[in-house]
Amino acid sequence: MKRLLIALFCILSLPVFAQAPTPTIEEATDSEAFSPGEMILHHIGDAHEWHFATLGDEKEHGLHFTIPLPIIAFQPGKGLNVFSSSQLAEGKTYSGLKLEHEHLVAEDGSKVYDFSITKNVASLILTAALLLGIFFTVAGSYKKNQGGAPKGVQSFFEPIIIFIRDEVGKKAIGPKYERYMPYLLTVFFFIWFSNLLGLVPGAANLTGNIAVTLTLAVLTLLITLFSSNKNYWAHIFATPGVPKALLPIMIPVELIGVVVKPFSLMVRLFANITAGHIVILSFISLIFIFQSVMISPVTLAFGLFINMLELLVAILQAYIFTLLTAMYIGGAVEEHHHDADLQIGGDNSAAPAHGH
Amino acid sequence: MPPLVTPEIGLIFWQLVIFGLVLLLLAKFAWRPILASLKEREDSIESALRMADQAKLEMQQLKAGNEKLLTEARQERDKIMQEASQMANQLIEQAKNKANEEGDRMIAHAREAIQNEKNAALAEVKNTAAQLSIDIAERILRRELADSSSQQQLVDSYLKDVKLN
Repeated sequence: MKRLLIALFCILSLPVFAQAPTPTIEEATDSEAFSPGEMILHHIGDAHEWHFATLGDEKEHGLHFTIPLPIIAFQPGKGLNVFSSSQLAEGKTYSGLKLEHEHLVAEDGSKVYDFSITKNVASLILTAALLLGIFFTVAGSYKKNQGGAPKGVQSFFEPIIIFIRDEVGKKAIGPKYERYMPYLLTVFFFIWFSNLLGLVPGAANLTGNIAVTLTLAVLTLLITLFSSNKNYWAHIFATPGVPKALLPIMIPVELIGVVVKPFSLMVRLFANITAGHIVILSFISLIFIFQSVMISPVTLAFGLFINMLELLVAILQAYIFTLLTAMYIGGAVEEHHHDADLQIGGDNSAAPAHGH
Repeated sequence: MPPLVTPEIGLIFWQLVIFGLVLLLLAKFAWRPILASLKEREDSIESALRMADQAKLEMQQLKAGNEKLLTEARQERDKIMQEASQMANQLIEQAKNKANEEGDRMIAHAREAIQNEKNAALAEVKNTAAQLSIDIAERILRRELADSSSQQQLVDSYLKDVKLN
């Protein structure tokens, strides 16, 4: 029974272990001290190669399991430079470029724009392929199975699509929801799938990267601004119910609110996903900090728990991002009601606008 | 800025390109058909339900109509039966009356005929009796008047009678 439990623990903790890289084990056994902060930051950050594991001594004849990824560098004046990241492995220099802490820099110090297919970009392509594959299949079954009851993959995603349409789109945006459904559905499934893929051992931390969440938040901001009607701007520049004398204060506050809303979207998703990864990695680091196997049950139990929690967070954050996006759009397209509007404050002016 | 919160231009670029592509492709080839067929299915289910409701209502109306028709038919039948029996009774009554009348009439007729016959018979009897009387009287007279005194006697008696008159 006990052995069975141990075996079970080993299997269940595989994803957790797989995220702990062998190099750090090697570093820890080396004379230099193990730095959990550095290890964690390395793992939640981006990389120019997809590293899965290293067997044996890293520095001498270890066996690396890595997929080299293409490096695409653009240097003003020199043009585009495309080559494999294996050319830069272990601090090597290739055509005047080298990697410094996963940053592509030119040896002569000139400006380099890094458009490489990094680990995150590769993961992004994977997510995109998954999304296209799954939803083309689903759309195909709708075509094939016209008017009939849903089957297979279709019946798994149909309730979710209907939920996003009815509970998020219709409720938060109102009668004009149909135009925004493609964006809402794509954002929801993109974030959800990326979050789940990020939990797979060895995968990238895509939605925990600020560049990704920044792009999504900016898209939401642009959609909100481009679909806004005059009521939305009237709310900002002449907030109803606010005395004229207060407008010089209110207008900047409202304008800040316009930017703060997507900013909060960006930070929320980034921080939630990154925090989850950091917590899991921290529990793994405990083993190396204490340099003892005795601590591993704690690591396993908590790591497993956090991993399960992350599964929930994955869909929850996708839902929250979608819902808030829908609310911001809803606030921008809402027709004005002529009731006493005592709305004060900038940062959430659109979100509670549905309350009345 | 720490590298963790520094967005990298490369990733922003790829995210924008790939997410935009995914968004466009999914919007055109997945979300639009999916949402359209969902809506179509919901509409068809709703219309089917509405039609079922309508059919139920029509059915009820039809049933009520049938019931009404049936009651009407029943009433009609009762009425006809009643009328028929009434008519039959009337007919019987009429026939009875007629028969009685006829009977009475026949009886009266018969009675009259009988009376006539009786009268005739009586008259005949009277005539015959008279004839017989005359014949007898004639024979008697013939014998009586064989002598002249008797004749004289008779004439005298007649004369007596005439005088009396």
